[in-house]
Amino acid sequence: MTKKKVILAGTAMTVSAVLILAAVQRLLQPKYMSDVVEGNLVADYYNTNYAHDVLFVGDCECYENFSPVTLWEEYGIPSYIRGSAQQLIWQSYYLLEDALRYETPKVVIFNVLSMKYGKPQNEAYNRMSIEGMRWSSSKVNNIKASMTEDESFLSYVFPILRYHSRWSEISSDDFKYYFGVKPNFFGGYYLRADVKPAENVPVGRPLVDYAFADTCWEYLDRMRTLCQESGIQLLLIKAPSLNPYWYDEWEQQITEYSEKYQIPYLNFLKEPILSETGIDFYHDTYDGGLHMNVYGAEKLSHWLGQYLTDNYGLMNRSNEPAMLDEWGTLCHRYHMEYDRQVANLEMYGNIHGPEKTDGTAGSEQTSQTSAEESGKDDTK
Amino acid sequence: MLFTDASFIIGLVLLCIVYFLLPKKYRWMLLLCASLLFYACSGIGYLLYIGATTVSTYFTAVTLDKMAAARKDTLAAHKSDWSRDEKKAFKEAANKKRFRLLVLCLVLNFGILAVIKYGAFTMRNLNSLISLFGKENALPVPNFLLPMGISFYTFQTMGYAIDVYREKYAAERNPARLGLFVSFFPQLIQGPISRYDELSKGLFAGNGFDPQRVMFGTQRILWGYYKKMVLADRILPAVTTLIGDPGQYSGAYAFLGVLYYTLELYADFTGGIDITIGIGQVLGIPIAENFNKPFFSKNITEYWQRWHITLNTWFKDYLFYPISVCKPMLNFSKWSREKFGKTVGKYAPVYAATLAVWLLTGLWHGAAWNFIVWGLMNAVIILISERLTPLYNRFHKKYAWSNTRAWDGFMAIRTTLMMGFLRMFDCYRDVPLTFKMFGTIFTKWNLSAYFDGSLLKLGISAADYFVLFCGVLILFGVSLKGRKGSVRQQIYNASPVLSCALTVALFLVVVIFGAYGIGYDSSQFIYNQF
Repeated sequence: MTKKKVILAGTAMTVSAVLILAAVQRLLQPKYMSDVVEGNLVADYYNTNYAHDVLFVGDCECYENFSPVTLWEEYGIPSYIRGSAQQLIWQSYYLLEDALRYETPKVVIFNVLSMKYGKPQNEAYNRMSIEGMRWSSSKVNNIKASMTEDESFLSYVFPILRYHSRWSEISSDDFKYYFGVKPNFFGGYYLRADVKPAENVPVGRPLVDYAFADTCWEYLDRMRTLCQESGIQLLLIKAPSLNPYWYDEWEQQITEYSEKYQIPYLNFLKEPILSETGIDFYHDTYDGGLHMNVYGAEKLSHWLGQYLTDNYGLMNRSNEPAMLDEWGTLCHRYHMEYDRQVANLEMYGNIHGPEKTDGTAGSEQTSQTSAEESGKDDTK
Repeated sequence: MLFTDASFIIGLVLLCIVYFLLPKKYRWMLLLCASLLFYACSGIGYLLYIGATTVSTYFTAVTLDKMAAARKDTLAAHKSDWSRDEKKAFKEAANKKRFRLLVLCLVLNFGILAVIKYGAFTMRNLNSLISLFGKENALPVPNFLLPMGISFYTFQTMGYAIDVYREKYAAERNPARLGLFVSFFPQLIQGPISRYDELSKGLFAGNGFDPQRVMFGTQRILWGYYKKMVLADRILPAVTTLIGDPGQYSGAYAFLGVLYYTLELYADFTGGIDITIGIGQVLGIPIAENFNKPFFSKNITEYWQRWHITLNTWFKDYLFYPISVCKPMLNFSKWSREKFGKTVGKYAPVYAATLAVWLLTGLWHGAAWNFIVWGLMNAVIILISERLTPLYNRFHKKYAWSNTRAWDGFMAIRTTLMMGFLRMFDCYRDVPLTFKMFGTIFTKWNLSAYFDGSLLKLGISAADYFVLFCGVLILFGVSLKGRKGSVRQQIYNASPVLSCALTVALFLVVVIFGAYGIGYDSSQFIYNQF
């Protein structure tokens, strides 16, 4: 074999291996179009025009409790929720850092529930929070901070190392959405129109230690500093989810922090805000008090929009031509999805639609990886 | 660090690149650094053990060499003025001194191995004995962590010392080069047990980059990963389930455990050796083969000539022959001939040496009575089989059908099953339980377990079974093809393009169908513990 042939053969082998691997990797990566749709939340951000006045960062208490469409339609405030399931505080920080590479919002709203987690928690949620990020130092640092003991950095660089075993679970979704997923969210909001009243909500059991971990304070400090340096106003909130339980001791720590650094803090579980929002836990949650449904989210957004307008001087931008196109489409999709879910509820008793023969509900509902399923709990 | 660790694979690729970029004379030094780093990753303190073995063997071998040279010089100087008896007496005295030095080295190094590996076992058994006299736990039981590959490198290094003593070759004068021979990283995990004269040729040559050799080496490495990750690690959960609860999994399940463990052990051990030999091939360092299609063996003697070849030849060369011809054994032979007749006198030393070798082979595999019984049972079967050889020969002469391929296949299956049954000692916690489980295979008729879906409740799914079925078919096909010589060479001769394509395909198969990552408990190589 001549030297030229050797180089040619080596290159051909490497290139073909890389190409096939990339193609297989794309096929095996979860598409998150069915049961666990939250996996597409983070990547969805990159489809926007990066012109948001308000950016939410946080976990499900953000992306299921506030509706950017309501904020837009009622107050002309363009906003986006960079949230994902059980998004830990450092993940929120790095997602914020990542977002600031594209835009500088006027207000950043951070939901403080994730202060309760001082350590990496769950591989499946990590994946959903991180994989959608574009590669940057923020993503690298996010991975490093988030990895559980069993995870490897390499498997984030080459997701096939994580998802290779999905070959036995490949569904039609994997082919259907091979070249891209369809938008499922509305400014980072996950719309649910079903209702499940909050009944028998468990009261929090006493904890051994109520102090938030040093890591959480460190990232809250970093978030505060980052906002300060970027000229962004930081607003801390605690969304009105009844479960997981929000302890008074936690409330006290956040309150002290907000007072110390003069950062506004809104706890939607407390009066008079709770009454002002008009939240009815019998009607406004879809899962018994963990998360708001669209009715609750719209009530919260209505209240918050007024608060933001009053306190942060945010202008109504609904007449800006540059915004109309994107928000018009988004609002249209939002209402279509609402109508679809309501119609399904009326016809089939669930938001997804007719039951499939295998027992799963909905036109888009199939199973995801077992790792994700096992990782999904009520406290996302 | 395991061969399957990402850090190992990345490190290996980098090492290979740097190796071929370095000037040839420095390449062995790079390998030494890499080997020490690799070993240190298993625990930096363990370097002391391998260091002690290297240093003690180095000084022993060099001194043995010098003593041999001095003996030769003295004999040459007195060639004409010493009588034959004087020369013989001098030679014997000189050899005795050399022998004592060798024994000192062997005692030191096998002593380290014995204390670390067998200390706790010995103490526990002594305590059991003492407890018969009413005193419980009289002796402290040490709890040493086993340095990686200690049995392998100790045997390899002592083989070198014995060879130098036997003047098979000269001692290595450069301690760093000897250090590389002892610690060469690909074979630290699970062997093979190489000979210095064979391994050193490639180790210090600083071989050039030969594309075809590198590709063949890569293919061998990938084939090893295929066996380990696609087959061994995939069936591992079922094996763990089956042997983990003997109360529940007896009878038909125990038989299934025999089959599954046979596949797991074979794929795991040979996979690791394939990776080792493949790495050597990429670097241009020929490493001894350790397997030769053992499941095609028609009897147990042949099986042991094809399975873990380097360990068995080590025992043959350094233990069986020396025991067979040592003075006490010859005296024993003479005594038994006088006492019990010619036949007994002829076979007694062979039997005694065989039993001793297999006792130690059993002990080598683990500090437990299971392994001792396993070793002795191997010896008994081998000896019975050899005694019955004339009978077999008559049988084959009389019945033509016993000389067909079908009969060979039957014999191969029989041998494989027999070895599988013996391997049950590997699986269960003690000897009585092993015998009990073996008994249930023939007494408990729960064959319905094979058909009622129970096989899917052993920790592996239908998809896993599918991969295993296809994987074993490929393995069998390659083994059949391999009887006509190197499969890689055959494919390359047929079409270099096909060879390249299969390399890529094998890589993809390992990546996609390998059992690794989250959701899999990627296991250590089984022989890593030796």
